[in-house]
Amino acid sequence: MGEIWTILDHDRGDLKKVSLQMMTAARKLAGELGHDMAAVFLGSGYDAAKDKLGRYGAVTVYVAESEDIDGYLVQPAVEALARMVEEKSPDVLLFASVPMGKDLASALGARLGAGVLADVVDISADGDRLVCTMAVFGGAMNTTCKIKDSPQIVCVKPNAFVAEEAPGEVREERIEVSVSDEAKKARVVERVQQEAGGRPAVEEAAIIVSGGRGLQGPENFRLVEELADVLGAAVGASRAAVDAGWYPHQHQVGQTGKTVSPQLYIAVGISGAIQHRAGMQTSKTIVAINKDADAPIFGLADFGLVGDLFKVVPALTEELKKRKGG
Amino acid sequence: MNIVVCVKRVPDTAAEKKLDPNDFTLDRDSVESIMNPVDEYGVEEALKLKEAHGGEVTILTMGPEGADKNAVRKAIALGADKGVLVTDDRLHGSDALATAYVLALALAQVEFDLCILGSESTDARTSLVPQGLGQLMGMTALTDVKQLEVKDDSITVQREEEGGYAVIEAKLPAIVSVVKGINEPRYATLKGIMGAKQKEVQVLSGDDLGIDPAMVGLEGSKTEVTEATPRPPKEQGELVKDEGEGHVKLADFLQQNKFI
Ligand SMILES: Cc1cc2nc3c(=O)[nH]c(=O)nc-3n(C[C@H](O)[C@H](O)[C@H](O)COP(=O)(O)OP(=O)(O)OC[C@H]3O[C@@H](n4cnc5c(N)ncnc54)[C@H](O)[C@@H]3O)c2cc1C
Ligand SMILES: Nc1ncnc2c1ncn2[C@@H]1O[C@H](COP(=O)(O)O)[C@@H](O)[C@H]1O
Repeated sequence: MGEIWTILDHDRGDLKKVSLQMMTAARKLAGELGHDMAAVFLGSGYDAAKDKLGRYGAVTVYVAESEDIDGYLVQPAVEALARMVEEKSPDVLLFASVPMGKDLASALGARLGAGVLADVVDISADGDRLVCTMAVFGGAMNTTCKIKDSPQIVCVKPNAFVAEEAPGEVREERIEVSVSDEAKKARVVERVQQEAGGRPAVEEAAIIVSGGRGLQGPENFRLVEELADVLGAAVGASRAAVDAGWYPHQHQVGQTGKTVSPQLYIAVGISGAIQHRAGMQTSKTIVAINKDADAPIFGLADFGLVGDLFKVVPALTEELKKRKGG
Repeated sequence: MNIVVCVKRVPDTAAEKKLDPNDFTLDRDSVESIMNPVDEYGVEEALKLKEAHGGEVTILTMGPEGADKNAVRKAIALGADKGVLVTDDRLHGSDALATAYVLALALAQVEFDLCILGSESTDARTSLVPQGLGQLMGMTALTDVKQLEVKDDSITVQREEEGGYAVIEAKLPAIVSVVKGINEPRYATLKGIMGAKQKEVQVLSGDDLGIDPAMVGLEGSKTEVTEATPRPPKEQGELVKDEGEGHVKLADFLQQNKFI
């Protein structure tokens, strides 16, 4: 019987939502494949993660705590993981399909000569192989892919699965981490958090409210931020808004920005050019607010509101606040 | 300081894509191709570093015959010194890590201090190549770089991370992948475009690089595509014209769908 591992994405023990989503997917797959399920904690701050892991049904947790894993980019974690894989021969490894998870997956795959799939939005089992679905060409096509040999390394996109609780007993196994000097080549000098007020990051958020050129100036992004905050959403932006200097590039959605598929995407004053759609058209529910009834974004929208954003958005924010309060 | 920029030729975003029904690879003849848009920022960063530190900029691509046209040539027109195209029928269908394997062998033949890639390609968007390349070459790979500074033999970058960034320090030679925010690419001049036609693009085969055929192509890749289908067109939902009550209807919609 093989093992299916979830490599936890966390910030010093604060588990990202995608970790719980992956554990839910892993549990289902473990059943289908007849595998045991385990989670892998790399880095520091395990104690903060412990309780949550139990609630989402971790059976075994391999804890590889090390300051070096946080202090140097990628390589210390890859060394530790490679050693664990060689010792325990898991059949499946799930990583979060975010920059850090993909870096680890790619480096590990290259090191072990294993196959890696990224940006996976659905997984099922066919015999002993995983069948993974992903969107390519900016969401214009769906493909399914398999990995030919074991271990199968899969990067799971945030929000692809809905996390479900399944309380279970956690069995911890401490892993000795010894990091070679060779692995300490990319030193983290500092980490800078820029996101105001605990607003989620675009790549992980379940809801995104994005603003475009229709906002007419940087000061009006406030309207988008206020709407985002009532919904607990991240703030996105079109390239036109980013290139005009109204909002930082890190928030850009689209072909030359982030590819996202949140539960809900609200486009405010965005026309819906193909390069923008390429980054968001796989969102589960899409809402568009635009004064031009012919804007292409409406072609994707589950709900389109033709109107002046300067009237509609503040009124919507107030309305939602009222309903949440009552 | 010598720099290699890896660029990929990808189908134009606006073009309709066709896949080969047998092996699900892209029918590249059927669509207009462009340089992977993010790679333009890699080229620009290399040209800026060359202006500041001297040295040569080499453009490397792997792809079918003629893959240099809209990618390598364009970079040369912008100011890069030379180009290398790795092409071989046996490479057809290589996945991201098989591509990294080929690029690693090609890079082993060039003396460089820095290798720059784009953070991801628009067609497959895996972002797996840069880190895979670092691993295979035993070199530090710094991904998603939004600012970069080189001093003597060290490099300091700002790396985009969720909700912020990290400052990372490493030694050269190194590999970096860049994001769009890093710079403002220049436009080619007519003189540059004319000049690029004179320059030679070196063409290398799998044998020139000593490639193990068992590591590349559809057969050698560790992953396989088993099905590809166009995404079904989305049905347009409700369209409401605001006549003063639009926000209430939208709030109803959001509430019905349990977003509040
Ligand atoms: C290689 C390449 C890569 C690109 N990558 C990206 C990318 O990653 N992301 C991206 O977004 N774009 C990208 N683009 C740019 C893209 O083509 C569009 O130019 C861009 O998306 C337009 O942004 P926008 O919708 O905000 O602006 P516009 O197209 O100008 O649309 C503004 C919209 O606001 C509406 N509006 C104006 N005033 C109001 C009002 N008061 N109330 C309501 N609505 C109003 C208008 O009706 C209009 O539809 C790329 C382009 C290229 C060539
Ligand atoms: N065939 C290729 N030839 C040269 N560079 C490539 C190739 N494929 C990918 N790259 C580089 O790797 C980056 C990331 O691509 P990917 O990992 O495919 O998303 C691209 O932006 C390119 O710089």
